[in-house]
This record gives sequence, structure tokens and C-alpha cells, in this order.
Amino acid sequence: MRRLLSDTLVVTERNLIRLPRAPELLIAFTIQPIMFVLLFRYVFGGAIRVPGGSYAEFLLPGIIVQNIAFGGFVTALGLNEDMQKGLIDRFRSLPMSRAAVLAGRTSADVFTNGLSMTILIVTGLVIGFSFQTSALHVIVGLVLALTFGYAFSWVFAFLGLLVKTPEAANSVGFLAVFPLTFISSAFVPGQSLPTPLRQFADVNPFTIIVNELRWLWTGQHSPDQLWQAFAWVVFILVVFSPLAVHRYRRTASR
Amino acid sequence: MSVVVPDVENAAPGAARAMLNTDAAISARGISKSFGEVRALIEVDLDVARGTVLGLLGPNGAGKTTLVRILTTLLRPDSGSAQVAGLDVLGQEARLRERIGLAGQYAAVDENLTGLENLTMVGRLYGSRRSAARVRGQELLGQFDLVDAANRSVKTYSGGMRRRLDLAAALVAKPPVLFLDEPTTGLDPRSRLDLWDVIETLVSEGATVLLTTQYMDEADRLADRISVIDHGRVIAEGTSDELKDRVGGERLEVHLEDSSQAEAAVRALAPMCGDEPAMSDGLVRIGVRQRGGAIIEAVRLLDEADVGVDDIALRRPTLDDVFLALTGHAAEEESLE
Repeated sequence: MRRLLSDTLVVTERNLIRLPRAPELLIAFTIQPIMFVLLFRYVFGGAIRVPGGSYAEFLLPGIIVQNIAFGGFVTALGLNEDMQKGLIDRFRSLPMSRAAVLAGRTSADVFTNGLSMTILIVTGLVIGFSFQTSALHVIVGLVLALTFGYAFSWVFAFLGLLVKTPEAANSVGFLAVFPLTFISSAFVPGQSLPTPLRQFADVNPFTIIVNELRWLWTGQHSPDQLWQAFAWVVFILVVFSPLAVHRYRRTASR
Repeated sequence: MSVVVPDVENAAPGAARAMLNTDAAISARGISKSFGEVRALIEVDLDVARGTVLGLLGPNGAGKTTLVRILTTLLRPDSGSAQVAGLDVLGQEARLRERIGLAGQYAAVDENLTGLENLTMVGRLYGSRRSAARVRGQELLGQFDLVDAANRSVKTYSGGMRRRLDLAAALVAKPPVLFLDEPTTGLDPRSRLDLWDVIETLVSEGATVLLTTQYMDEADRLADRISVIDHGRVIAEGTSDELKDRVGGERLEVHLEDSSQAEAAVRALAPMCGDEPAMSDGLVRIGVRQRGGAIIEAVRLLDEADVGVDDIALRRPTLDDVFLALTGHAAEEESLE
């Protein structure tokens, strides 16, 4: 266990020191989220009616959850690249913890997700978002968003090890994340969707997480599913981290 | 692992093969591995004595990398058993990994880190503290002539520098057993020679090395013993000299001043000739029975027969001749995969 922690720390550090050296990654974490907020707020915002409050208040929790779900892409692409370049072979030949390579990746995602979430919140505050609840509620909301992102990074870890090329990881990831985030209450109220989509949206974990974030940050009406939101986080972790580690053990770089 | 006492008297010829050689640094018996329909390894046996270099020689797709992956615990064999540094590849993986270093045909280093950061990371993953790992990293960068590039991102390194760094990473924990999977494939001749020097130094310090290569000259220069592998089977094993002897002994090559004298030359040399002579274009080639005095004897016989000689030399068969004789094809041919 101590070995897992110290090895994870080493790999996390490895994934973080490369960040400032990869400008294209930094753009993905900083400028891209700002662009999305501005596009949704000013292009779609005028056309979308939301119950109570402004669209800026409605939008920000949704766009944060979407962003954080996409944050795991770095794990999928990074692992895939490590596989192609033979680094996974090197790691697997070392007397290190079997889970550390993956845990180090997903932990590094927490930092980058924290970075883009900060940028999103600052942008949100500029365009009219404001926290309207107690500090405790706000903090629980931040924790929910980050732990959900962490759990989702394990989904991407599994995905990144499953597919053969970074391009495949990219398209499979998009195919999974786009419907999940768009057929939810992230950008539009669930009631406005046609019935089959609404039925999907109602049980979609993204809807549950986003609704709870809205409640925690702006006090908007919530169906009181906070425990369900955290249960989803735990469920995703419990299912996908063993799957990913199992896959890692049998993976040989090409 | 249970102890098996071999019944030497009554054992079938194949039974003794199942015993691992526990004195060897690397020992494998009956290793087979298939990928779907493709049989990558078939009943491979292998022993590498401590402190020696085994060259695993074969063309692309012969199964060299698969064998290295099995011996370094990256892949499980379908059948067979193997020990490295006295530890089983199945069941003692964790301890085994502490005793090996692996450098691959891809330079497995992180391009976004500097040379020193790469080595420090590997050292820490072997369990060293950060400060100790850094010191070891600096020491290795010195040894591999990478001090000037220590704090540069690996992206800026040349192919040869990457390979040296990759090799350095394999040596971080001073492992007693090293696996070098085609360490010089794709390098320019100069970097190749540099890397050979480095490997020779390592071996002189007592490391056991399993080196895979598709280059004859590399195996010839670096390996104490050579296993020739083709289509997943080890088809020959021995020292470079032993393998060459299998193709036949020394060959005498006589370049004639006048090519029309070829027949006369062959007649004159008949008494010392070991096998059928080959003639082409003023060049007569014969296998000689005895190396000692062969040139003097040949010159005397030719002189007596009035055959003019332009040049005369004794030549050992090369490993290329060996490979061709064993497999019917050259080792360095392009594979079709």
C-alpha cells in the first residue's frame, strides 16, 4: 500500500511536470473552457428558457461537469501514447505497484481538472454567475465535481488501454461523452427534451450530478439526490478501476 | 516450486530437457507461445551462464521479442518454465523485476522529461529516495556521455542519445541480468559502435546479458554464445566459432593471374582439398582440411604447376554463411509483416 502511494506520487509528478512543456495541452485546459462558456452563454443562451435564475447560473454547473468528464481524455491519450512508445513495457518491467501507472495518471487529471474548473468559475463570475449558498455547500459541490472527474478518468484509463491507437481513443471517447452530456440537464432543462430522450436524461448520472451542483451552488430546486450523485461516483470507481488495472496487467506495448 | 529428482537412468531422452539449469542466470525450458493462429515460440530452450552474453540471433518476426517479454514477465508463456536470476517468471514476478533491466527496440523514455528526470523517475520506481535516484541518474548520464544534455527535454535528443538514455534507464538499479532487445536497430553506424563499446564495458563489469539482434556482426562482436532463432524455434546454439565450424572449416580463396588456369589450379590443389572446389572468374575456392601451413602448401603446389597467383587468402565462414546454411535464407532480409 505504501508502495502504491509513493509510486503513484512519482507517476503523478511525471505527468504534471510535462504540462508546462506541452502548450497544446495547456490550451485545452485554459482557453477551450472559456470559449465554450462564452459560446453557450451568448450563442444559445438567448434562445434557452430556464426555470428560475439566469442562463449563466444554469449553464456553469453543466459546463463544469462536461469539462471535467472530458478531462479524463488526457489519461486515455497519455496511456495510449505510453503504450505505443514502449513506456508501459518499461513500467511493467519495474518492481513498482501495478496500479500506480494508472493511479498516477488519474491523480494528475485531478490537478488539471482543478485548473480548468478554476478558470471556468472565474469566467462564470465575469458573465453573471454567482454562488448563492453557504461556503460548506460550495465546497461540497467542488468536491463532488472533482471526485466525479476522478472516477471518470478511470473510465478513460480503461478505454485508453482497450483501443489500439490514440485516434481510436479519441473517437470512442467522444462517442461516449457527447451523448451523455448533451442528453442530460447540463445545457437545457430536462423537461424541454422529447419523451424518450427525457427518460434517458432522468437516469443519466450527468443529470443527477449537474442538478446537485446547481442546488449546492445556486440553491435552485433539487430533487434531493445528493447521495445518489456520490453513489454514482463510487459506483464508477468501483467498476472501472479494477477493470483498468486488470487490463493494464495484460497489456503489452506494440 | 516442487523439487524434481531426475531419474537419469530411465529418463526418456526428452525428459532431462524439462529441468531448469539453476546455476545459469537465465534458464528456459520448453517455452511456447501462440498469438491466435500464429505460433510465435515453439518449445524454446535457453541457458545463459552468469556473466556471459547470449546473442539471440534471428530475422524480424522470429520470436526474439516475444521471448524477451516472457523472460521479463511482461507476457505469460502458454507452456514451459523459466527462471531469471534464480527466480521463476511465473510466481516470483515481483522479486524478479528487482533483479533485471530491460532496454527495448523502442527507446522507452518519456520525451517530455529531461534525461535526468527520466532516470530519477525510474530510480524512484525501483524504490530509491529522490536524492539517491538523482545521484545515480547523474552518475549514469556521465557514464553514457549525456551530461551536456542532462537538463534538456528528450525531444531534442538524437536517436543514438535516446538509445543510450534507454540503456542507462535499464541500469539504474545495477541489475545483475540485462535484456537488450535489438539495442542498435535503426541507429547510424557511428552510434552503433558507441553503443557496442558501452555494452562491452557493462559485460566486463560482470553483468549477464541477453541480447537480441538481427545483425551478424553485432552477435559476433558482443556475444559469448549465440542462439539462432527462426520461425519461433531455436535452430542452432553455440559459440560463434562452433557455429561457423558447422558450415565447414576454413576456406582457401585463390585469385588467379590468368582465369584460364582454373582447371590446372584445382588439379594442383587436389591433395589438400577437403570438399568440392568452387570456381568462378579466376577465383578458386576450396575447403581445406587443415589450417596450419595451408597457404604455404598451396603456393608451393601452385608454383610447381606453373599457375600464377594474384592473391591468396584463408577465410573463416561468416555468420551470414551460417545463417544461410541453417535456414536457407539470410537473416537481415525484410520481413513481410
